[in-house]
Amino acid sequence: MKFPPLRYLTPQSLDEAIALLEQHGADAKLLSGGQSLMPMLAFRLASCSILIDLKFVPGLDRITVTDRGVELGSRVRWRDIEHDVRLPTVQPLLSMAVKHIAHYAIRNRGTVGGSLAHGDPASELPALAVACGATIAIAGPNGRRSLPAEEFFLFPLITALEPNEVIVSLHFPPWPKARSFGFQEFSRRRGDFAMAGAIVFFDQDKDQNICSPHIGAFGIADTPLRLGEAEKFLLGNRAGSRIFEEAAAHGVRNVDVRADIHADSDYRRALLATLVNRALVEAAQRTSP
Amino acid sequence: MTSAPITVTINGARKTLNVSSRITLADALRDVARLTGTHVGCEHGVCGACTVIIDGLAVRSCLMLAVQAAGSEITTVEGLANKGEFSALQASFRKHHAVQCGFCTPGILTTMHALLREEPDADEERIRDVLSGNICRCTGYVQIVEAVMEARASYSRGSAA
Ligand SMILES: Cc1cc2nc3c(=O)[nH]c(=O)nc-3n(C[C@H](O)[C@H](O)[C@H](O)COP(=O)(O)OP(=O)(O)OC[C@H]3O[C@@H](n4cnc5c(N)ncnc54)[C@H](O)[C@@H]3O)c2cc1C
Ligand code: FES
Ligand code: FES
Repeated sequence: MKFPPLRYLTPQSLDEAIALLEQHGADAKLLSGGQSLMPMLAFRLASCSILIDLKFVPGLDRITVTDRGVELGSRVRWRDIEHDVRLPTVQPLLSMAVKHIAHYAIRNRGTVGGSLAHGDPASELPALAVACGATIAIAGPNGRRSLPAEEFFLFPLITALEPNEVIVSLHFPPWPKARSFGFQEFSRRRGDFAMAGAIVFFDQDKDQNICSPHIGAFGIADTPLRLGEAEKFLLGNRAGSRIFEEAAAHGVRNVDVRADIHADSDYRRALLATLVNRALVEAAQRTSP
Repeated sequence: MTSAPITVTINGARKTLNVSSRITLADALRDVARLTGTHVGCEHGVCGACTVIIDGLAVRSCLMLAVQAAGSEITTVEGLANKGEFSALQASFRKHHAVQCGFCTPGILTTMHALLREEPDADEERIRDVLSGNICRCTGYVQIVEAVMEARASYSRGSAA
């Protein structure tokens, strides 16, 4: 399908982009990689008459690694994440997750900020941001604010972003040494959106007991989730197949699971339990240096 | 609706195209530049038929406005052959019968050309992984994979084929 009539604007600074959003209101949308917005426009699932391309806004395309964690500028592409040699050590789940996002040519253009703002409940980066307790830096007409990812995703394709705001970056907290982690997702074909996915990581204390377990799920509900009940099962216990199976089974019991043409909610819940269990088993075998 | 000229380099030649800002790069290439080798299948990023190479990277030309490509260097499937001679990749597709109806072929050739220029030592798994973004309804992919595997020999790090 063809696009509706569009005006195409290229602000040269963040302030100019925000001013354009203010000026044009609901007629305008930001354009980053276009890998979600353009299909939405073609299908008339989104509508606007003005596109504000962020490509000339300076400073949004950097990956910064410091002892305070990893910061991804909103214009960082999937491709940049795949090619960054630091990330497999400082945020290994990100390197694992990006392999599951879309396809080669789409990863050449799709970006961090676009994925967050799009807010698809089956997408990997929003889920990783929630699971890791990442924060999203946002700029608007009244200055900057930052929001925990957990408060950012509200409903499918609906976020806490105001229409006149721009996502600046995503910040992941530091990744300690010797952390165990796993990432599992299931989709019908490679590169498709996940039917369900699980992200896990935990640390172990000096007695080998699990501390700070994190279990995230996506493709399951209206937004990405933390599976608090599964985390409780792990806390203070030794890693092992019995506890992993119990955590997976009990952890998904009370989750409000969505159904669609690809999977009813019972199937999806069972799938999630399987993926959580696999991700935990994977984590027990995969510890960062 | 506003029409504005953009200047791009297509297959080595500088061109000025008069395009309205709503049209996709795919349509601009086909209808304005008259290069119909770039095929349009799904128009929403799924099939890969419209893939072209922009500044060295394989991208979906159906998910880009033509105006977004202003100033860039574009290679379409027409740009792969050299003076009417098939490139090694194209010749390998012919040899391995990797083309049936040919609808998917332009997008697969451009994608694989961009891939092998970046990763001339891509193994079968990597080639299949990247190929997962291009839908072919005819061949079953086996011959395509064989053709790409054989063509790797003519790509080496940093050089074109
Ligand atoms: C065939 C196909 C398969 C895909 N599979 C997957 C998949 O498996 N997993 C997955 O996660 N994604 C998938 N995607 C989507 C892809 O990852 C997109 O790149 C991503 O969702 C959006 O990023 P973008 O830069 O392309 O954003 P755009 O399409 O440019 O924008 C998306 C939305 O974000 C807004 N926006 C963009 N940048 C900002 C900003 N800085 N601040 C505020 N708002 C902004 C836009 O206004 C728009 O509403 C797929 C896409 C396609 C076409
Ligand atoms: S026409 Fe562009 S991906 Fe199908
Ligand atoms: S050769 Fe017919 S679709 Fe691939």
